[in-house]
Amino acid sequence: MTTTPYTMTPLRYRVVARRPDTADVVTLDLDPLGSPVQSWAPGQFTMVYAFGVGEVPLSVSGGEGHRIVHTVRSVGAVTAAICVAPVGTVLGVRGPFGHGWSLPDRGDLVLVGGGIGLAPLRPLVRTVMARRHRFGEVDLLVGARTPDDLLFTDEYDRWRESGISVHVIVDRAGRHWSGQVGVVTSLLDRLRLDPEITTSFLCGPEIMMRVIARNLTDRGLTAGQVQVSLERNMRCGYGVCGHCQYGPLMVCRDGPVTDYATAEPLMAVREL
Amino acid sequence: MVVLTGLTELVARLRAEGYRVVGPTVRDDAIVLDEIQSADELPYGYGVDAAPGRYRLRRRGDAAAFGHSAGPQSWKQFLHPPRRQLWTADRDGGSFTVTEPANPDERLALLGVRPCDLAAIAVQRRVFGEDSDYARRIDQAFVIAVNCTEPAEVCFCVSAGGGPRADTGYDLALTELANSRYLVEIGSETGSALLSQVVYAPAEPGDIATANDQIRTAENRMSRALPDTDLPGLLRRAAESPHWDDVASRCLTCGNCTMVCPTCFCTSVVDTTDVTGDHAERWQGWASCFDLDYSELHGGQVRTSGASRYRQWLTHKFGTWHAQFGQSGCVGCGRCVAWCPVGIDVTAELTALAATSDIDQPVPS
Repeated sequence: MTTTPYTMTPLRYRVVARRPDTADVVTLDLDPLGSPVQSWAPGQFTMVYAFGVGEVPLSVSGGEGHRIVHTVRSVGAVTAAICVAPVGTVLGVRGPFGHGWSLPDRGDLVLVGGGIGLAPLRPLVRTVMARRHRFGEVDLLVGARTPDDLLFTDEYDRWRESGISVHVIVDRAGRHWSGQVGVVTSLLDRLRLDPEITTSFLCGPEIMMRVIARNLTDRGLTAGQVQVSLERNMRCGYGVCGHCQYGPLMVCRDGPVTDYATAEPLMAVREL
Repeated sequence: MVVLTGLTELVARLRAEGYRVVGPTVRDDAIVLDEIQSADELPYGYGVDAAPGRYRLRRRGDAAAFGHSAGPQSWKQFLHPPRRQLWTADRDGGSFTVTEPANPDERLALLGVRPCDLAAIAVQRRVFGEDSDYARRIDQAFVIAVNCTEPAEVCFCVSAGGGPRADTGYDLALTELANSRYLVEIGSETGSALLSQVVYAPAEPGDIATANDQIRTAENRMSRALPDTDLPGLLRRAAESPHWDDVASRCLTCGNCTMVCPTCFCTSVVDTTDVTGDHAERWQGWASCFDLDYSELHGGQVRTSGASRYRQWLTHKFGTWHAQFGQSGCVGCGRCVAWCPVGIDVTAELTALAATSDIDQPVPS
């Protein structure tokens, strides 16, 4: 049985696996204890409740069947409680909410994930892998502050084997890092792009998405060919509490993924 | 159309039918909305002097029950309560069970809903949707509208499209005539059924014309107006206007305007536990876009300056509401003007923005 996502009452999910990704990021596998939420699409988010502590929006980073996988960075009281939740903990889940990524039928793809922004792109990577033959060039650009902050590193080889070019760069290298150092934009500069057939998917800090999106549109992509995942204060998840307004958008309902044509004029206004 | 003399029997009948009757009454030197036991509690003979940052009761020369303009509260107090419990949860072994409170089987009778507030109820209904507690509450309610014959100096419903005549969304609509006589229009079968149980008289010659004259007079007395321009377009162009700093230099970011606004709907939830940690609750309460934590993200707040928060309120109400809900968020009731402690007047601010945005501003990059 599934229920409408448009409710403030959570359904119960049990933590069945817990994998620390970095010093402050944890991936949790959640299975429903009773009724599951409706099936989700890559780029959508749920509201996850830690008993007695509170609720936060988390994008779905994977999961098959009724399983939901979340990759969480500990940044506040609620995410901290979720990050330390041991296997067996029961959490509340509402959702899934919002619009996810809009994957075209064919063409070249450029995915760009900065920091925790790789999490909502991971299910898209999985979808692309399953339909890899339909697409031409598929590039995934991954940026993180340090090598220790990189997410899902044990999956890069599998992604590469399926025909996705994975490019990794870090802001600051450690002693054992032999890869590239710099900002994600510099990876983009080295890509050969066919603007006619490329669709791009960006998730990361707003400033990163602006710079990348501008770079891509400068190179001939239309703003409609660039999708960005926006972040505001999502609370209810279905456009009735007002908190996540971003100009005309209710990010929870009209986003989090929108095209850059919609986002560009909003990102240009300070404190919007 | 028929005429009621006095409202005593109407209120008694509604209560006998099991309705909780809510209407205007005098408390703390203001006209508030509260449950009334009888029509005796209506604010007979009270009027209101309102101006930017000012609201005072005054004695009228007559015994009119509805000779006052909108008070500090609106019907959202009852239809979209300031605080309500969403659910409770209790630990249960390694898990927890969530219990939603039973829907109160309460039927409200809203007595004296002014046309601006009737329009506001329709606006909020659109926000929450047809499958919402809000829609259920208003569908169960008995709505008695009162056509406005007494706008305040802060009102601008005509330009906002909110009044002064009730068109739809009521069971009965009254127009108050002299000597406690009320011309009644029937808006629904429920209204008709209730009316058939009280004593009424046919309207006398001239009653309908008198009522129409009073409403037309109210319309002509409207002293404020929104600028006659494309407000969503104006506010889009004015996003970086220096005028926001000008308003911010006066605005206290207190959020009064959002609390008194009959369409403002924002809420926050609070999750709590008791001292044992085994019992949790979630409560929902009104929130204001003037609160700093309203726009909180993990890195801090998006809108910290007063200018950006005032811009959010005004732009949402008159601009982006159209994109989100297909209509304006303002009905022109004037509450935000009266209850702003420094007397900021939205019609004046929009007019000032309209005056400055005639000069094409470059799109910032």
